[in-house]
Amino acid sequence: MPDDTRFGLARHVRLPGPLALDGGASLAAIDVGYETYGTLNADRSNAILVCHALTGDQHAASNHPRTGKPGWWQRMIGPGKPVDPARHCVICINVLGSCMGSTGPASIDPATGAAYAMRFPVITVRDMVRAQALLLDHLGIPRLRAVIGGSMGGMQALSWAATFPERVAAAVVIASTARHSAQNIAFHEVGRQAVMADPRWAGGDYYDGDAPTAGLAVARMAAHITYLSEAGLTHKFGRRLQAREAKSFGFDADFQVESYLRHQGITFVDRFDANSYLYITRAMDYFDLAEEHGGRLADAFRRSATRFCLVSFDTDWLYPTRESRAIVQALNAAGAPVSFVELASPFGHDSFLLDVPEMNRVIDGFLRAGE
Amino acid sequence: MTGGGHPWKEPGLGALRPDLAVIAAHVAAGARVLDVGCGDGALMAALRDTRQVDARGLELDATDVAAAVARGLSVIQGDADIDLAGYPDDSFDYAILSQTLQTTQRPDRVLDQLLRIGRRAFVSFPNFAHWRVRLSLLWGGRMPVTRLLPMAWYETPNIHHVTVDDFRAYVAERGLSVEGAWFLNRGRPTSAAAANFRAEHAVFLLRRTATPPIAPSSDGAA
Repeated sequence: MPDDTRFGLARHVRLPGPLALDGGASLAAIDVGYETYGTLNADRSNAILVCHALTGDQHAASNHPRTGKPGWWQRMIGPGKPVDPARHCVICINVLGSCMGSTGPASIDPATGAAYAMRFPVITVRDMVRAQALLLDHLGIPRLRAVIGGSMGGMQALSWAATFPERVAAAVVIASTARHSAQNIAFHEVGRQAVMADPRWAGGDYYDGDAPTAGLAVARMAAHITYLSEAGLTHKFGRRLQAREAKSFGFDADFQVESYLRHQGITFVDRFDANSYLYITRAMDYFDLAEEHGGRLADAFRRSATRFCLVSFDTDWLYPTRESRAIVQALNAAGAPVSFVELASPFGHDSFLLDVPEMNRVIDGFLRAGE
Repeated sequence: MTGGGHPWKEPGLGALRPDLAVIAAHVAAGARVLDVGCGDGALMAALRDTRQVDARGLELDATDVAAAVARGLSVIQGDADIDLAGYPDDSFDYAILSQTLQTTQRPDRVLDQLLRIGRRAFVSFPNFAHWRVRLSLLWGGRMPVTRLLPMAWYETPNIHHVTVDDFRAYVAERGLSVEGAWFLNRGRPTSAAAANFRAEHAVFLLRRTATPPIAPSSDGAA
C-alpha cells in the first residue's frame, strides 16, 4: 500500500457515475477530494470513516491547504488518540456539494462547460453517503470498522448505518440528530437569506466575479452563535469592550463578542463557497431519517447489526440531548447494541471539536471493544 | 440462601459485590440481560466474560456510563423512573435492578417496567428491617446509618426504604412468582426464615406469571 496512490494526504479522484440522487437527478461522474491516514490492513478490516460537519472538509488531521491551520479533529485522530493511524486506516472525504475538491455547485457542469451554480441538483445527506460508498469501492474497502462524526458528520454516520448496514460494524454519532427541527431549519434559512440578499450573489452566478462574501459572513456569524452556549459566550466575552476604554457611541465592533463574530465571518469566506453553503444547509434541513423509513425511526435500523455509540453535550442547544435520546430509543426498539452518554461541557454544540477528555475516553473504549 | 454453590467462590465473580455475585451465578449462559442502574458495568462485564451474556445497561450517572462504555459495554445514560418506558416488551431474558429499587421515585412502576421488558427480573435491595437498623431506630431514635445505608437522611439517595417482608407482601399482592430468593448478611448467606431480621441484603428472582422455573438450582424458598 505505500506505493498505492489511492491512499495518502490530499487525494483526488474522478469516479464514474452515474450517481442517482434522492431528488431524482443524477450526476454523470463525481469528483471526490479525500485523504487517508494509516495503512489498510491485509484483510481490509481496519478502516474508519470520519465524516465532517457542514463547513468541515477532508483535512481532519492535516494542515488546511488554504488556512494553514491544523486539522479540525486533531484531538480525535492521531497517535494515542481514539482514532489512531497506527492501528486504523482513517478516511475523511469532502462531502458531495462541498467545495474542497468534491463535486459541488462550484464544479464545472460537463453539459455547459460553466460552473453548476444553482443548476447543481439539490442533494441529501444520503446522497453524500452514497458518494462516499463509491469512493470506498474505489479504495477496495468492503466494510468499515467504524463510521464516526459530529453534527452533520453524525447524520452521515446514522445514514451510513441505515443505508449500508452490512458495511458498517460500528457508528459513533456525536452532538447530532436524526432530523432537523423547525428551529434548525429556521437558523439555516436566515443564513441562506443572508447569502441571497447579497447583491454579489447574483442568483448564484458569481464565479466569474466577486463572491457574495458579505452575505456569507453574516450567515456564518448567525450560525456560529448556535454552535456556542450562552454561558460559554458570557465566560469568553461577557460585556467586555474590544481594544477600547469606553463605548464609541457608534457601530464599530465595540464589544469583544462582535469583533469575534466578525472575525469568524471574515475568515470563513476565504475558505468556503457560498453556494456550497446553500446546498449543504439544504441537505441538512431535508434530513429526516424516520421519514426515509415510513415515519418510524426504529425501522431505519431494523436490518442493522451495527454497534452504536451516541454522545451529546449538556450545553448543546442546536442538537440537544433529547435528539440523541430519540435515536437511542429507536435503536433500543430495534434491538441494536447502543451506548449513550450526555457529557458535561461548557462549549455548546462545538464541544465535539474541542477538548472534552471524557468524550475521547468513551469513544476509545467503544472502538476498542470492536477490535 | 437457596440454590447451588457459593457464587462468591466462582471464578470471575469473586470481585463482585455479594448481591451481584448471586445474580451473576444465576443468570443463564448466553441470555440477553438489561442491567438497570448498572453503575460502572462490573456485573455486565462479569456476565459477558463468564457467561457469554449479551448485556445492556442503563445508568443515571454520566461518569459511571463513561466508565462502562470505556470497558466496551453497551450502556445508556438514563433514569429508571423515565427511560424504561422506551424498551419494547419481552426484549430481554432478564432485567436486573440491583440496589436501585429504593432510590426510584416509584418502585412499583419500575418493577412493572422490569417485568414488562424482561421475562424475569432480579431485584436486590438493602433490608430496612435488619436488626441493626431496628436497633438504631429503637434505641437511638435516629434514622439508621449503617454499612449498607451509609448516608444521613438528608443526603441519602434511598428514598423508598423497603424490608424483606414488605417486598414479599408486594410480590404476593401483585401475583408475581418468586423463582428464587437469596439473603445475605455481611456477604454470607442467611436463612430465608429469619431473613427479615437477619439479612442485610435480599436478592429476588421474579417472574410475571406462575410458570415452571427455568433454573433448577433456584428452588424458590421465599
